Amino acid sequence: MGLAGGMTEESPEIDAPKTDVPETPGGPAPAADAADDVPLLRIEGVSRTFGNFRAVDRLSLDVRAGEFFALLGPSGCGKTTLLRMLAGFETPDEGRILLGGRDIAPVLPHERPVNMMFQNYALFPHLNVRDNIAFGLKRASLARAAIDTRVAEMVALVKLEGMEKRKPDQLSGGQRQRVALARSLARRPKILLLDEPLAALDKKLRESTQLELMELQRRLGMTFIIVTHDQEEAMTMANRIGVMDAGRLEQVASPRDLYEAPQSRWVAEFVGDVNLFDGEVASREHNRLTVSTRDGGTLAVAEPRNAITSTAVSVAIRPEKVKLSRRGPVPDAVNSQAINRLEGVVTDVSYLGGLTVYKVKLDSGAVVRASIANTARLDRDTYSAGQRVVAWFTPDDCVVLDR
Amino acid sequence: MSARRIFAQPARYAAIAPYLWMVLFFLLPFGFVLKISLSQTAIAQPPYVPLFDLTEGWEAIRVAFAQLSLDNFGLLVSDNLYISSYLRSLFVAVTSTLILLLIGYPIAYGMARLPQRWQPIAMMLVIVPFWTSFLIRIYAWINILQHDGLLNKILLALHLVSTPVVWLSTDSAMYIGIVYSYLPFMILPLYATLARMDASLLEAASDLGASPWRAFWLVTFPLSLPGVGAGALLCFIPIVGEFVIPDLLAGSGSMMIGQTLWLEFFTNKDWPVASAAAVALLLLLVPPLLLYDRLQRRTLGEAG
Amino acid sequence: MARRVNRLSPFNVTSLALGLAFLYLPIVILVIYSFNDSRLVTVWGGWSLRWYREFFNDRAMLDAAWISLRVAVVSATIATLLGTLAAVGLVRGERFRGRSLLSGMLYAPLVMPEVISGLSLLLLFVALNAERGFWTVTIAHTTLTMCFVTVVVQSRLASLDRSLEEAAMDLGCDPVRAFVSVTLPLIVPAIAAGLMLAFTLSLDDVVIASFTTGPGSATLPIRIYSEVRLGVKPEINAICTMVIALIAVVIVLASLASKLSSSQGKSAAPL
Repeated sequence: MGLAGGMTEESPEIDAPKTDVPETPGGPAPAADAADDVPLLRIEGVSRTFGNFRAVDRLSLDVRAGEFFALLGPSGCGKTTLLRMLAGFETPDEGRILLGGRDIAPVLPHERPVNMMFQNYALFPHLNVRDNIAFGLKRASLARAAIDTRVAEMVALVKLEGMEKRKPDQLSGGQRQRVALARSLARRPKILLLDEPLAALDKKLRESTQLELMELQRRLGMTFIIVTHDQEEAMTMANRIGVMDAGRLEQVASPRDLYEAPQSRWVAEFVGDVNLFDGEVASREHNRLTVSTRDGGTLAVAEPRNAITSTAVSVAIRPEKVKLSRRGPVPDAVNSQAINRLEGVVTDVSYLGGLTVYKVKLDSGAVVRASIANTARLDRDTYSAGQRVVAWFTPDDCVVLDR
Repeated sequence: MSARRIFAQPARYAAIAPYLWMVLFFLLPFGFVLKISLSQTAIAQPPYVPLFDLTEGWEAIRVAFAQLSLDNFGLLVSDNLYISSYLRSLFVAVTSTLILLLIGYPIAYGMARLPQRWQPIAMMLVIVPFWTSFLIRIYAWINILQHDGLLNKILLALHLVSTPVVWLSTDSAMYIGIVYSYLPFMILPLYATLARMDASLLEAASDLGASPWRAFWLVTFPLSLPGVGAGALLCFIPIVGEFVIPDLLAGSGSMMIGQTLWLEFFTNKDWPVASAAAVALLLLLVPPLLLYDRLQRRTLGEAG
Repeated sequence: MARRVNRLSPFNVTSLALGLAFLYLPIVILVIYSFNDSRLVTVWGGWSLRWYREFFNDRAMLDAAWISLRVAVVSATIATLLGTLAAVGLVRGERFRGRSLLSGMLYAPLVMPEVISGLSLLLLFVALNAERGFWTVTIAHTTLTMCFVTVVVQSRLASLDRSLEEAAMDLGCDPVRAFVSVTLPLIVPAIAAGLMLAFTLSLDDVVIASFTTGPGSATLPIRIYSEVRLGVKPEINAICTMVIALIAVVIVLASLASKLSSSQGKSAAPL
């Protein structure tokens, strides 16, 4: 496993518990022993080309046992193709796919210990719920009694008791999804692949299903790999997210690291909202970088964790980290770091309920977005359009990226 | 909803003309067939009695009515010729349908698996012979199956036989002719059903451990049964009453009911008996006809 | 979005190739032999057009061909008109009394043995004391081919996007106008295909024509049929080839017309 073009190497630091940014409790279940050196699934330099179009480009990735992993990316980025290669419906043009150390790329789909939950569920319309779930078990040549027990187990797991005799066209969308889930879990695969499982559900159902899937994964201790284009979904459910674009992995990290420590401009822009200031590195000191930007003046950034290879950089700051005040921060409110200050006029106020997003046009002409939580119902400390404000943030809150 | 209603009214008016036409030229004739099947033959023009002459008044009509009888049907049941004709027709139809299924299914399946852009072309290729004159196609086979025709020439050249085989005027020739003519009727409904098959179902079957062969029998075939039914009925029903093919290709041994009917009508000039045979044939075909209508309704209902 | 399986196994390719060969070879052989100079099918005497010349000298055959063409044109036209109206009624008419009867009557000829249809029509004509000849055959063919037109037009009509008509109504058209100016142009290819289909079916029919024709109005298939019963005749090969050529032209026209309706990405074949 070495570095190849387009591959993002996992830096051990990103996955280890951080000292400066505490882990929030109540998040998704932590992955099984991070010190395991043999990952359950290892994808090595895998490519797949359709005609002239490179769907997956020399991609490498490790997935650990018991992990809930998400492949996130815009449509056409190759995430579904990668998933289908794991299931066996596409064969990689180059590279290896190692499951428990064994290369499964040449193995046919019906012989792999991997199961997939299809986006459109793909329930057999001529079989009832029970027979759909039992389908895979019959292929595994289980004894009749064993099949019956397992089916009952699965039905209870997805809470569909009483529906066994129904056919798919007699079920609601949510119920069909449960059958699809039960069917794909019945054979107790080493890895469960889920292809945009929540895409067809309405919002409320989506939220409750998200929690159920996470709960299920935790309880069964299985490895789930989910493909989605929905950031919120990935961030909610996954231990780690692999962000893909144009067939390559841009970054693999926990949701937190993906958001707070993006490694490229593209990732910073793709995941969540971000303000970007382009500029040049002016000077480098102990634990601080000074960047001279076009629109934001001279900005101070805390020493980045990743090596910055050139002097052309972008400074990225998330809207919720940008603070607004009429005159600027009170010097002693923050510790003795240098503060990054920008002055401008509020041009737009969007009230979104939980937070308000302000668009501030700086004197330099650039627009900065700041979002402020509405923590009190009757908030007198608001800003209106046309008002002059100071937007400021600390060097710790922003990140510097290669341009 | 209301947009549909607005269109419904004028649309119904459109249906009036074809409706009247079909009642006059389709339903009414059947009434006549029934009436004549209950009449007796006569050396007259038209060759049957009684005649219903409306100008002669009600009494004459009642007299004529009394002359109707089920004699002809009695003849059908008692005469061996008819019973054997019906049985032979059923047998030939069933056998042909099975052969058609065996040959047509792989072809339809192959068509359904072609790359998307070739499928319309394949469909055209299958339909074109159907549009080419039916008679011509049978004639083409006579050409090939002749004693000194192409088939024998090839067989002799390949040393598969030592003397020319008699093909014409045999049941084999008839089956070849039937299968050849009706193949598009079997292929098209099958293809329509198979082409609609969702690939993700086969992938799911594969994902759950079924080999391609098992996946076909457990998923593809059961789901293609409506197409199989439609194709089978679309072939079976007309084959029962076939006339041209057995007349040209089969031996002069036993006849199918279509031939018997023709003989009765044109040679014996016995219209009443021929009509009775037609009525009996129709009754025989009512169950499969209803079945076909039901299948049509269901598939159109799914699509619409 | 459902994916289709588009991979062919060797078995698929073989069955397709063999199937198509089986369907086309007899016709190809026929066409080739129509140019055979020798009278005997077994001997190849070189390329010649003598059988075509014989056909054009054969008065009876030419008359029969002319009658067949006229019958085909007239019956196809009427059948297309009525069939289209029936399709409109069935697709757009929602529920109405006699609807199942209409669709039953329309679909039955598709499946029924021709001897029955022919017999019943003849009995009707006799009872009505109608003179049997050109018109009786034409009426018979119209009745029989109407259902094919209905099937073709119906399937195209059913898959049409209704919002187009609704947009027309929204812009001020009454339903009939909306149909005529918006829907009709879109289904013209299907109607054309139906017309061609009715034409070729009429041109080809022998059983029904035999029942419903009168003295002096023998159609071409009837003539061919009576000749064929006596054995293979090279002149027949030539006639058949010409009919095939005619039908090929008709098919090309029909598929061109069908391709015009690719606005909805429907397949080229109308059936």
